[in-house]
Amino acid sequence: MDLFKDLLLPPAKSTIANSHDQLFEFVHMSSLILTIGILAAIIYFIIKYRRKSENEVTPVITHNNALEITWSVIPLVLVLFIFGWGFQIFLNMTSPPDDAYEIQVTAQKWLWRFQYENGASTTGELHVPVDRPVRLVMSSNDVIHSFFVPDFRVKQDVVPGRYTSAWFNATETGESTIFCTEYCGTDHSNMTGSVIVHNEQDFETWLAENAGGASKPSDLAPAEWGEQLVKQNACNTCHSIDGTEMVGPSWQGKFGSEEPLADGSTVTVDENYLRESILQPGAQLVEGYDNVMPPYQGQLSDEQINAIIEYIKTLK
Amino acid sequence: MATAEASSGSTKKLQVRRYKPEERAEKNYLNAEKGIWSWLTTLDHKRIGLLYLAGISLFFAVGGILALLVRMELWTPGPTLGFLTADGYNQLFTLHGAIMIFLFLVPSVPAVLGNFVMPIQIGAKDVAFPRLNLMSWYLYMAGALGTIYVIIAGGIDTGWTFYTPYSSSTGGAVTAMTFGVFIIGFSSILTGVNFITTIHKMRAPGLTWGKLPLFCWGLYATSIIQILATPVLAITLLLVGMERILGIGIFDPALGGDPVLYQHFFWFYSHPAVYIMIVPGFGIVSEVVSTFSKKTVFGYWAIALSSLAIAFIGFLVWGHHMFTSGQASLASTVFSFLTFLVGIPTGIKMFNWLATMHKGSIALKTPLLYVLGFFFLFLIGGLTGIVLATIALDIHLHDTYYVVAHFHFVMVGGMVMALLAGLHYWWPKMFGKMYNETLAKIAAGLILLGFNVTFLPQFVMGAQGMPRRYYNYLEQFTYYHQVSTVGAFILGAGFLLVLGYLVHSLFRGKKAGANPWGSRAMEWQIASPAPPHNFEHTPVVIHGPYDYHRPMEDFQLGLIQSENGHSEHQGAEIASDTDEVKAEE
Repeated sequence: MDLFKDLLLPPAKSTIANSHDQLFEFVHMSSLILTIGILAAIIYFIIKYRRKSENEVTPVITHNNALEITWSVIPLVLVLFIFGWGFQIFLNMTSPPDDAYEIQVTAQKWLWRFQYENGASTTGELHVPVDRPVRLVMSSNDVIHSFFVPDFRVKQDVVPGRYTSAWFNATETGESTIFCTEYCGTDHSNMTGSVIVHNEQDFETWLAENAGGASKPSDLAPAEWGEQLVKQNACNTCHSIDGTEMVGPSWQGKFGSEEPLADGSTVTVDENYLRESILQPGAQLVEGYDNVMPPYQGQLSDEQINAIIEYIKTLK
Repeated sequence: MATAEASSGSTKKLQVRRYKPEERAEKNYLNAEKGIWSWLTTLDHKRIGLLYLAGISLFFAVGGILALLVRMELWTPGPTLGFLTADGYNQLFTLHGAIMIFLFLVPSVPAVLGNFVMPIQIGAKDVAFPRLNLMSWYLYMAGALGTIYVIIAGGIDTGWTFYTPYSSSTGGAVTAMTFGVFIIGFSSILTGVNFITTIHKMRAPGLTWGKLPLFCWGLYATSIIQILATPVLAITLLLVGMERILGIGIFDPALGGDPVLYQHFFWFYSHPAVYIMIVPGFGIVSEVVSTFSKKTVFGYWAIALSSLAIAFIGFLVWGHHMFTSGQASLASTVFSFLTFLVGIPTGIKMFNWLATMHKGSIALKTPLLYVLGFFFLFLIGGLTGIVLATIALDIHLHDTYYVVAHFHFVMVGGMVMALLAGLHYWWPKMFGKMYNETLAKIAAGLILLGFNVTFLPQFVMGAQGMPRRYYNYLEQFTYYHQVSTVGAFILGAGFLLVLGYLVHSLFRGKKAGANPWGSRAMEWQIASPAPPHNFEHTPVVIHGPYDYHRPMEDFQLGLIQSENGHSEHQGAEIASDTDEVKAEE
């Protein structure tokens, strides 16, 4: 029965997703039946009424009002039914429950930043509890972006100069992809992220650990933690570690090297330069690159910056 | 003759006689004048149609090559073609979209086939304003070349929709670009004015609205949209200019403007533009289905008026492009509702075409083959349109490959199929030559196959979450992208084959007679290729163009000419082979 759902849709991992998928299945199934019917009629006609001689005479049938009304009214009733059904789900999609857990989302070229009630903040990774409605209050720092999680069937444009919101209730723990679906320039296709759905207890623990900036997990070396932070903060969207040219300079062999700057001088890449470039990227810009990186002032703790620098040092 | 008498009380007797058309015209519009200059200064609607055909074919080829480059780049995730960066890719799909929409789809059917066929179909010597007609071609070419120049020189990478504020960040190029598009739009307004006037004022005696060929009805509806919607583009341009030059905040949030307002303006033109592209195609389908079924069109008025209904409701649905934009939920709901309504007249057309084939005498020639392709592809395009009109479903599918596949099914599957049907249908009238029927059928098969292989997988990956305008993508979508790319090359091969045999037919094709399809419509009652002024006489119409139960001779009537060359309206002499006809005054 769920032909189209199984063939076309990603796994359903939110409450909305399930009701969405039923409607999706219904509309596609009705369409398929109609398509087969019409194709069958066409094939039947071209075989049965194939021209056998050039002198064939065809009957004069100019119109039939009863038929016209039939094939106007039946589809009309059907589409009105679909409209009503879709409208009902849409109302659900736009009405978050009052007790929804609120997370602030900021989009900018080309990353997602999430801020939680207790001061915790993440980039690229959205942490949410399972079985609890979550409401996202979103705005953009530059151009229009769009927040899309296929597994949740949630999409909402994120517009500069105003707040938009979306909500979902995740039904299982695990990880799902976030895409940006409003075209926003060079790295639009790399402006992805992930939603990590925890069970209630893990979520509370994670939230408490990250209040006011996270500290290093005890089982990781600083450089290993740095590698993790680079992914979480979407640094790898613009900086490669293998020398590939991207929006920003590659980090391969960067530590200790001499870099030509946009103002004509050169600088030795040391801890201080890296720290400054993370907090105020525009201060000493490497030649040939645009000043497009957002400042990470207030986003990363000293401990986190140290870990990232340790990681960059390992990239020979 | 019952139809003519029933038309109105104010009838008047006309003296007519039969004019049997010559099969071939020694002197025709192609050889009447010679040299490039005679083409560039021509006022003949048929030659202007061919000028458009040349321009449009060129831009279609360029847009098609860009599409192949896009598909090649998507063969693997990340960079595939060595020379193409993310920015290069973004410019590539912008150029593909802008060229295909503004330079190819919008003008193609009205400007090429409409120009060529419509005046002949209504029994006129030319359009109402031949000089305006030529001017609109020059405007089109100037706007087109200007637009391409601006996109390439300005490095525009905004997508063909130019959404603010992203587009505001690309310097002044977007203003220039909108200006280029507006010049093209102006050419389309002029064509619209010309067609409406021509259809109102220049119909042959006896050609009442109820006997107007359905292709002309389609063009008429299209012209109304062109005239009413295109000025909005100019308004948008003016507002963008005011914001840029005077610093008045309209679209830019930094100045206190609203970027979503831009989307409203943009779609207020661009959605009706979708109907500018498809409605004349409906007209072609009606002509071809009737001719190759050799049968009266079923539900003539239903088909004619549904075009007008689509034109009208089409103005009220633009907000369905913006369900996720942050517009009010109430607005989304109303737009969703109206979008469902526009599906009904489209469905009515489909059923009437099927009913026309019922009990017909169906000859499966190339034009009909393309129309059958149109039925299949447009049906899928239309039904996925119903899916996307459903707000709840559109939230998930918006801006994914599902939408990309949907509008390609409508635009290529609908419009391009109809254009190819029309081109193959009227080709003998245009050039007096027949193309190779076998090759034409093979090409139609290749195009249908290639198209489906290209775009069916895009529905799947889109529903699974693959967003559009992505240079890089997740590993899991690779398979679908590769199938799609293979399909694009099959499609490309099909179009090349069409080009090949059509050009071949110009030089080596079998000569075509006046009426190779046995149609009753007026354009088939003159020699092939068409004579310079279409008719040697003033044609008179007593039957509708689809009255296949009437003998061919009844469609070959003209006013008797007096010695001084004027039409003799009340001649006392009645030639032995004349017929007495009552026609509407």
